[in-house]
Amino acid sequence: MSEEKHIQLVNELEKETVTINLGPTHPATHGIFQNILEVDGEKIVACESTIGYIHRAFEKLAERRPFYQITPITDRLNYCSSPINNMGWHMTAEKLLGIQNPKRVDYMRVIIMELARIADHLICTSILGVDTGALTGFLYVFQEREKIYDIYEEICGARLTTNIGRIGGFERDWNENVFIKLNAFLKDFEKNYREFEGMLARNRIFMDRTIGCGPISGERALNYGFTGPNLRAAGVDYDVRVMNPYCSYEEFEFDIPVGTNGDAYDRFNVLNGEIYESIKIIRQALAKIEKEPKGVFHAEAPGIYLPKKQDVYTKMEALIYHFKVVMGEIDAPVGEVYHAVEGGNGELGFYLISDGGRTPYRLHFRRPSFIYYQSFPELCKGSVLSDAIITMSSLNVIAGELDA
Amino acid sequence: MPISNEILIEKLTTKFGENIIKTEEQYGILCITAKPTINIDILHFLYDDTELQFQFLTDICGVHYPDELLQLCVVYHLHSLVTNTRIRFKFYLPLDKPEIKTATSVYASANWMERETFDFYGIIFTGHPNLKRILNVDDMTVYPMRKEYPLEDPNRVDKKDLFFGR
Repeated sequence: MSEEKHIQLVNELEKETVTINLGPTHPATHGIFQNILEVDGEKIVACESTIGYIHRAFEKLAERRPFYQITPITDRLNYCSSPINNMGWHMTAEKLLGIQNPKRVDYMRVIIMELARIADHLICTSILGVDTGALTGFLYVFQEREKIYDIYEEICGARLTTNIGRIGGFERDWNENVFIKLNAFLKDFEKNYREFEGMLARNRIFMDRTIGCGPISGERALNYGFTGPNLRAAGVDYDVRVMNPYCSYEEFEFDIPVGTNGDAYDRFNVLNGEIYESIKIIRQALAKIEKEPKGVFHAEAPGIYLPKKQDVYTKMEALIYHFKVVMGEIDAPVGEVYHAVEGGNGELGFYLISDGGRTPYRLHFRRPSFIYYQSFPELCKGSVLSDAIITMSSLNVIAGELDA
Repeated sequence: MPISNEILIEKLTTKFGENIIKTEEQYGILCITAKPTINIDILHFLYDDTELQFQFLTDICGVHYPDELLQLCVVYHLHSLVTNTRIRFKFYLPLDKPEIKTATSVYASANWMERETFDFYGIIFTGHPNLKRILNVDDMTVYPMRKEYPLEDPNRVDKKDLFFGR
């Protein structure tokens, strides 16, 4: 099934190759990846990836932690879009525990997740600009990312590793500042981002560098387990938000941008398209929140959702529940759940086996980066070294997610 | 339209008969336990069947049940993008001979997933092109996700399992 690329050696007479190390810490790889490349001149003849440099044994850790304490672990998977990971985990636990969230909570989550998707994608697109030689755009869109992080900060107090929300909703209602900042962000973002996109999307230099760089066919991408923007750039319109809607995504109107060639340029365009779709979804969600009753921010799930702090200090029952929840003594049923959300890089799945104890018996993360990064040797084989850098940065591999 | 679980069970039992040990449904996903010798036959059958078309491998992972007779378990999650159906397969293996055939001939994505499962559980995928450790260091001698390796120092007295109902 593999497509062997025809490699023309530069030096036919000697046919000597050199082995070089790209990484583990290389300024052009944006993370700790090692690739042992065999190059002939500038052409890559063979490549082997070594991963695991920041492996932190999250799956083992999760086996000793109550459900609440697993959320901070998920922050550190794809740390460019932590809220999506948090929400994905919360929804997995809710599926197991059988909690039904009010609609307002769903819409709030949708807003957070789409903000996170924008923050995640614009890092990838702007870093792609940096790798092709345009640093300015990167600094420019990071101002927009800053605004998103300010919104996170207003909601949960943290910026990068957010630990946002709780199983069964949010820890507190959103204050007015959130909506003010959100509206201010929505007002300017699209204009500013189009300016950035305009700098690169039809730029001759950028197009020459990225078109045909690291291409993959749709069929091959599916066989390699690609999901998310990288799969859609190859022309397959698989999106978890549409195929298996969660969190009321079925109520939203949005398009799925797809590419055709699956190369770096298509990936760039798909990411840009998704950013605008995310803005569309946030606008719809804000309009929907207006119609919902105010002040609802969590599900009615006593024994699983933490009681109010003022009740904990004054009421015996609330104190008992608080203690039980924090110590992980919740009535988790025995069962197996698989729940997938559309993360920044693709299908982020949580496979949770519960034996009824206070911790998961087994928790496995389906990390999209880990699965599609194994195609990197095939994508960069036969290309020149500088194209391999662009291929890697357009794949948006996040080291935290890769190594778990 | 997702294929109903009844049709899936019927198709698989008529094809594989006694090799299917158990079928159950949990939270909407059909879970099938089968004999480990036929894992590749099942994957090929589901991949090639024109009606089912399970051509996307979502995930492979291992589980360790130290109290069972067959202690190790390999779990496959498959997804048919054409019909939007998900299915889960489980194959139980003995601890002293944890061998199962590799799925890399069907799915290229199985390569690293199987390496990860080998790395953490010591499950050997026969026929795998490059079965070596992936996330842990190369000279590690144990399979760390097995349950005999507790995460915390067992000498701690303030965190005894019995206080937590486990």
